[in-house]
Amino acid sequence: MANIASTTASAGTEVTARALRESVFAGLITLGLFVLFVGLKTDQNIRNELILTQRWGLLAIFVIIAMVGRFLMVAYVQPWLARRKAAKAAAPEVAKEESFFSRNFSRIAIVALILYPPVIVALFGIQGSLKWVDNFGIQILIYVMLAWGLNIVVGLAGLLDLGYVAFYAVGAYSYALLSTYFGLSFWVLLPVAGLLAACWGLVLGFPVLRLRGDYLAIVTLAFGEIIRLVLINWTEVTKGTFGVSGIAKATLFGIKFDASKDGFAALMGLPISSVYYKIFLFYLILGLCLITAFVTIRMRRMPIGRAWEALREDEIACKSLGINTVTTKLTAFAMGAMFGGIAGSFFAVRQGFVSPESFVFLESAVILAIVVLGGMGSLTGIAVAAVVMIGGTEILRELAFLKVIFGPNFTPELYRMLIFGLAMVVVMVWKPRGFVGSREPTAFLRERKAVSGSFTKEGHG
Amino acid sequence: MTAPLLQVKAVETYYGNIRALSGVDVEVHRGEIVSLIGANGAGKSTLMMTICGSPQARTGTVMFDGHDITRLPTHEIARMRIAQSPEGRRIFPRMTVFENLQMGASLDNLKHFDEDVEKIFRLFPRLKERQAQRGGTLSGGEQQMLSIGRALMARPKLLLLDEPSLGLAPLIVKGIFEAIKKLNKEEGLTVFLVEQNAFGALKLSDRAYVLVNGRVTMSGTGKDLLANPEVRAAYLEGGRH
Repeated sequence: MANIASTTASAGTEVTARALRESVFAGLITLGLFVLFVGLKTDQNIRNELILTQRWGLLAIFVIIAMVGRFLMVAYVQPWLARRKAAKAAAPEVAKEESFFSRNFSRIAIVALILYPPVIVALFGIQGSLKWVDNFGIQILIYVMLAWGLNIVVGLAGLLDLGYVAFYAVGAYSYALLSTYFGLSFWVLLPVAGLLAACWGLVLGFPVLRLRGDYLAIVTLAFGEIIRLVLINWTEVTKGTFGVSGIAKATLFGIKFDASKDGFAALMGLPISSVYYKIFLFYLILGLCLITAFVTIRMRRMPIGRAWEALREDEIACKSLGINTVTTKLTAFAMGAMFGGIAGSFFAVRQGFVSPESFVFLESAVILAIVVLGGMGSLTGIAVAAVVMIGGTEILRELAFLKVIFGPNFTPELYRMLIFGLAMVVVMVWKPRGFVGSREPTAFLRERKAVSGSFTKEGHG
Repeated sequence: MTAPLLQVKAVETYYGNIRALSGVDVEVHRGEIVSLIGANGAGKSTLMMTICGSPQARTGTVMFDGHDITRLPTHEIARMRIAQSPEGRRIFPRMTVFENLQMGASLDNLKHFDEDVEKIFRLFPRLKERQAQRGGTLSGGEQQMLSIGRALMARPKLLLLDEPSLGLAPLIVKGIFEAIKKLNKEEGLTVFLVEQNAFGALKLSDRAYVLVNGRVTMSGTGKDLLANPEVRAAYLEGGRH
């Protein structure tokens, strides 16, 4: 230990000098790169003439960020990483007992989610909690459910689907149109929307049965666009780009969430607020998510789920084992589509308004990105990825203080996709298989169950 | 003699316009080990795949256990209890050894699962040691054992083995051939084997066929073919190990 300390001391000044040198270089490169893009800006003045606006302050901010970043990287982050690597190499391989937290992660997460709305209401008050329950709760959970649905198709069965948002759209419009035209209730239409989406899953599944990989991706991409274009152009039914508005709200055992005499607030003797409806929706989507997870976990242990995973691994081997790959693929498509459709009808009831705008390709890409980032097939990883990705973009709305640095015209929301891309690159560099990259086996040799926990920490199983 | 378990009659198979098999006749009787030897590109694997229905024979018939299976889809053929250990082994790499075996028992509906797993582990004790390991992390020889084990889980009437010795060390090949012999002796399992390793295959087999350019040019008992000077010249010179 002593000699390490002395070398660090003598190397310290050297590292600082190198860091300073490199930060100056980084600053110069940034200056060169951005002087024309950021430092100078062409604008039109009132007489339609082009004038040159100079933004030296903004340019200076860019350069300073680059210099400070490079300095910190070389002076602190890199030595720290090197030390950690050395320490890891030096330390003997110890079989680690998983901590209580990581062993019971999903149970703790579910309890935390159930307690989330009351805690938020207690912290921020009735009106203040609206944003937290809606933007950070419901919004994220919708994506968790969508990503878990897509996970069945992409993560388990290995069929790359770039048009998943189509099923989301089918579900949303099923509820919007059937409730508007026929006045059916949400609880009737929730399974109906799921079934309709599953049917569309089969419709998509049939023509693409023979396709794999890139070819499949292109066809599913086209399918997503077809559904969106139908929604735009079939104006008599879908009202085209105007969308369907005034969609009926969901009720709880017939109790409406409105300001009327027999509404939820009045019946419970609570002050009138839209928060109760949001909290109700929060628990609803939480329940739907848990059903999705439960079904997926059970399916993986059933022959059909095992066949999905085997199909992802090797289609020819599947056939030679007597697995009907046609029905296996179709059930995967239908199953994934069904959850997408249910999430869609929830989306419609939450927004009260649907339009084709909500079902663009970007949505499919975001959902797929969540599945890939989380680790294909891993429910926990995908949920974490959804929280990071969707929660992260929601947080961007809250970063008003950045305007102080970048000027009043800076809108952090516009950088959403930039951050999304950056996060993907970072995760893929560090964890190429996603947050949870290892696949959890579904079956073990029977005698293993009899062995107590203390004997299995050697790292088997 | 009773009707053969597998009868391939005048089968011609094409890849597009290219004829890979031109009128092949092969018979496999119950309880036999039959091997098919030949050079690269002779059509050995094509014949194996044709029996499994992918690609299907353009003309001729494949009869199995009294049924015409020529036009059945692959998974239906597998359900007639023809199990295959395909070329290149094709185990499921991200699934554990145990799960791979479980996949093999899909057809059997896991009815005899515990019993059969025990049997496979007795046949290949290495698999038992590795049962919680992912298939992709096994060595080549272990993967071949797993591929055969997985095929056996379906309780097949006929086991098709496509080049089980491919890329394996001679000692491992010997072990695998011994296991096949044992299955045949003790359980009367019928085996149809495609091999490049002619010496090992002929020694193991009751009967054998020699395939050249999509035609069967010679057939006979394993012993006879081993002694045949033409076979020796073409397939066995320097191949003795």
